[in-house]
Amino acid sequence: MPNFIMSYLGSTVTPGEAGNQFWALMYVLIIFAGVSVAVMAMNWLERKALAHFQIRLGPMRVGPHGLLQPIADALKLMLKEDIIPAEADQFVFWVAPLIGLLASFTVYTVIPFGPSQAVSDMNIGILFMLGVSSLGVLGIVVAGWASNSHYPLIGALRSSAQMVSYEVAMGLAVVSAILMTSLNDKGTGTLSMIGIVQSQQQQGIWFIFKFFPLGFIAFGIFAIAMIAETNRAPFDMAEAESELTAGYHTEYSGLRWSLFMLAEYAAMIAVSSIAVTLWLGGWMRPFPNLLHAPAWDFIFSLFPGLTFLGLAAIALIGTARMPSHSFFKVQRIGLGGFAVLLGFIALVLLAIAAAGRSVETSLAARFNEGIGYVYWFVLKVAVFMYLFIWYRATWPRYRFDQLMRIGWKVMLPISLGVLVVTAIVGVLVK
Amino acid sequence: MNPAVTSAINSGMAPVATPWFFYVLAGLAIASGVAVVTRRNAVHAALALIVTLLSVGGLYLMLYAPFVFAVQLFVYAGGIMLLFLFVIMLVNVERSSKERRFNRMWAVGLAVACALMALFISAFVKGRTLFPDRMIPLPESSNTQQIAGLLYGEAGRMGQYTFAFEIASLLLLVAILGAVIMTKKKI
Repeated sequence: MPNFIMSYLGSTVTPGEAGNQFWALMYVLIIFAGVSVAVMAMNWLERKALAHFQIRLGPMRVGPHGLLQPIADALKLMLKEDIIPAEADQFVFWVAPLIGLLASFTVYTVIPFGPSQAVSDMNIGILFMLGVSSLGVLGIVVAGWASNSHYPLIGALRSSAQMVSYEVAMGLAVVSAILMTSLNDKGTGTLSMIGIVQSQQQQGIWFIFKFFPLGFIAFGIFAIAMIAETNRAPFDMAEAESELTAGYHTEYSGLRWSLFMLAEYAAMIAVSSIAVTLWLGGWMRPFPNLLHAPAWDFIFSLFPGLTFLGLAAIALIGTARMPSHSFFKVQRIGLGGFAVLLGFIALVLLAIAAAGRSVETSLAARFNEGIGYVYWFVLKVAVFMYLFIWYRATWPRYRFDQLMRIGWKVMLPISLGVLVVTAIVGVLVK
Repeated sequence: MNPAVTSAINSGMAPVATPWFFYVLAGLAIASGVAVVTRRNAVHAALALIVTLLSVGGLYLMLYAPFVFAVQLFVYAGGIMLLFLFVIMLVNVERSSKERRFNRMWAVGLAVACALMALFISAFVKGRTLFPDRMIPLPESSNTQQIAGLLYGEAGRMGQYTFAFEIASLLLLVAILGAVIMTKKKI
């Protein structure tokens, strides 16, 4: 058994391909924990960033700068009374949040955090991701129906209409990116998520810059459609609080409501990962073919450690700026401890980077490489997550008919045109 | 061990087609299929149908046909069933659930089901002569490319099914246009 576990460490393929169930399970657990932590962090960041956009402070009381607020929220939601309306369809009401959660977590099996840092590499990767994430809307629709109430039903109907419309434009934008993967000497493209990034690597260009501005337009279509797909502002018709109270989850409370939130944020991370994989070079660091000397490799491998060092510095500054009243003693110790923890992580990462440089073929070098891949992938996804918050703070909500008009009369023709032109240019270039 | 499975392992493909997996999926498909016809509530029936479609999709995956699985997921479970639910929610479920479930057509339905069953049994019994005696180990990694080759042709030649495929897509286009014309009085 230890042999079975250790034998994978030198491997260059995903555990799914290597047939190593142990590491596949480990990856699943790591991704599940990582996504859950990311959702909590996102929850905090969204409240703080939105507050700062509106010149408020946001959560300040629970922990230093409200850092423990997500934990307090989670505890509150778990302890809150879970109400099922008397006239609701009990079983469907119970199963609806699980459908959404299952759909948004299943797609993580194929998300490539690195060339071997994924649970599995499927030949149909991108189709699988889009297909499973389109199942997530079933949870919303069914939840709205099972509540047996007017606002949730209207929210669910809006949501399903919206998702069906935007899925078309989204799919066509994805197809034009997949078409670009076929521009190699073999002439066959790939649907595998890892294969898509590798073909960007071979062609030496991120697909967002390919055939400028074609790749850019396709990316823009996807970036708009993915907001509609995840029901986020300014396209959050399904839960427009000024019109529908809270839309499809009006009747939900406690843990079940929090499952909806978890599913929504997990789906946001998942669609951002699709955008990063298809257009932004996935796990690749910036300028891999321009700055490819070993010295540059080393400089870029310092980035993860330096990021954590920066976070530690911010936490230290926060500790120093804390009022020196005895009321703040616990908070000061807590934030100082957090800074020390972040600094320790930074030191470990820097040590791995240094060790990876000195011995080229060692396990440390492999590990260093893996950290680099995951770091760049997560950084790109994090930019998208911040954009989601920014959009929400900046743009007013669309009206439903405007949303439909944009989806069918603007985005669909543009994405169809981009697809056709990409195909023509691809043939001409060849 | 089955030679096909052995060769599949030799070509670097782990055997996913374990009998246990098959029986779970098949059982799930049958149980939810029964639920589709017996549930009074239309939404429950639609949800059961989604489970059926997904487990049949799992069977496609076991047959090393990942592309068909993805299409099943995308088109049937994701798209068509969503429209089903959409329509069911708009009609009055209360009234329809009080109606008789099995009308006078049950005899015809039973006859058709028996005929289909007989067909399946005969295919199962005569299977040795109708089909090759062992599974052809298709490489999973090029499944999509092979389908594309059959449908669109490769290396300048027309594919084996290009004509049929184009006819089918024309038929779908006609159906879409027909739906638009029937619903929209003024175009």
